[in-house]
Amino acid sequence: MSTMTEQATQVYAVFIRATPEQVWDAITKPEFTTKYFHGTKIESSFEPGTPYLSVAGDRDETLVDGEILESDPPRTLRHTWRALYDPETAGEPHSRVSWEIEAQEGGVTKLTVTHDQLEAAPKTAEGVAGGWMYVLSGLKTLLETGKPLSTESM
Amino acid sequence: MTDDDRVFRALADPTRRHLLDRLFERDGRTLTELESDLEMSRFGVMKHLRVLEEAGLVLTRRSGREKLHYLNPVPIRLIHDRWIDKYRERQVSALADLKSELEDTA
Repeated sequence: MSTMTEQATQVYAVFIRATPEQVWDAITKPEFTTKYFHGTKIESSFEPGTPYLSVAGDRDETLVDGEILESDPPRTLRHTWRALYDPETAGEPHSRVSWEIEAQEGGVTKLTVTHDQLEAAPKTAEGVAGGWMYVLSGLKTLLETGKPLSTESM
Repeated sequence: MTDDDRVFRALADPTRRHLLDRLFERDGRTLTELESDLEMSRFGVMKHLRVLEEAGLVLTRRSGREKLHYLNPVPIRLIHDRWIDKYRERQVSALADLKSELEDTA
């Protein structure tokens, strides 16, 4: 995605054959996130004002930190986001990630991820542009087949 | 129509592919911006955008009085996983088999 200019607001969506509760569990439970989120464990109590952390599964390194802004299971999760895995993104201000879960007809759930407030975080915007696509397609595959994506996860 | 059908149908039109390329260059555009370099009525562009939205390739967000259009690349990734990776893997393993066979007989 090197030719894509960094976007201050990015929106991604995927339709998943699963219930809103299953999608909520997949985004909030570490046993699921390690299987599609670049191998990272989510760590949070999901209470507004408490930390949101994404930790590398095999070593105890925090890759993303943020704060829970809103948690309304199984509909909305909103938190801030700062990527610590790269010194350049670690020096940028927090941006915001919103997960919106909506039941559709026929046992399908729509999951929309909006990553915004990236105006002052161009390196982060560039870094996540391809990343969300892999995360969401991996999440869909995991929930629909019970298996992680067989192809490369980055 | 399955999800795949909608995506293939949406991609099977040069104007719609052009609209996706415009959004790839810069996301979050209004209808007015998107129609500016197309020799087509506003209504025609709206129709194409609706097909892209139904396929999940374009998402819209309201910002004040404006409706902004965003490219959603996830359905293309899923097509890639389902229709391209699978066949590429087989090709790669066929080549690997050929290599070991040739090297064994050499």
